[in-house]
Amino acid sequence: MSFRAAWSLVLRKGGLGMRGIHSPGGTAHGKEKMPPYTNYHAQRSYPMPDEPFCTELNAEQQALKEKEKGSWTQLSHAEKVALYRLQFHETFTEMNRRSNEWKTVMGCVFFFFGFTGLLIWWQRVYVFPKKPITLMDEWKAQQLQRILDMKSNPVQGLASRWDYERKEWKK
Amino acid sequence: MASSSLTKPQMRGLLAKRLRFHIVGAFFVSLGVAAFYKFAVAEPRKKAYADFYRTYDSIKDFEEMRKTGIFQSAK
Repeated sequence: MSFRAAWSLVLRKGGLGMRGIHSPGGTAHGKEKMPPYTNYHAQRSYPMPDEPFCTELNAEQQALKEKEKGSWTQLSHAEKVALYRLQFHETFTEMNRRSNEWKTVMGCVFFFFGFTGLLIWWQRVYVFPKKPITLMDEWKAQQLQRILDMKSNPVQGLASRWDYERKEWKK
Repeated sequence: MASSSLTKPQMRGLLAKRLRFHIVGAFFVSLGVAAFYKFAVAEPRKKAYADFYRTYDSIKDFEEMRKTGIFQSAK
């Protein structure tokens, strides 16, 4: 319950902060609901949402909407920008801006790698059973000797690296 | 619209341009990879086998193996 309250607080803070930073005087100041709470959602793959961004317009904005119904050559540049901002939350450039999120993601990934490492270490100490006989060093040495005796992979593989005259690995 | 006119962007042939770039690139990349494999892996391997078998005495090899005691049917 408190987690959800904290999460919506993070969303609200994040949204307000972002809007302030990226558009100094750009976005229209209608009674905009926060993005998660409207039906407006635009992304690069879905650029023309069904509903406009601002649905509650003040008198000035409504007058502009009326003017839009006439000939568009009558509109000034500033009015066109204002209409755009009513319809859309962000321009493509704004929408596609890069962020530093990847650093957070990578940091969390590495953190959990480390945490998992600790867990596995604990498991190695307290959970894993005794090593089977075939993994003991003496057994492994005898196994390797047998493989070299059989001359397995003598052309490019293991036995090709062993010097049979001097009985040591080739340099 | 009285704008400071930007140049009109490329409107057509975008897919064709991308395809040409990638097809040509893919051709050369695969050619390069195949050439690399041939000269870094295949040729050295052929040489290694040729060198090995040039002076290979199978009887001597067998005798060495037999002396180590790995065979069950030839002690």
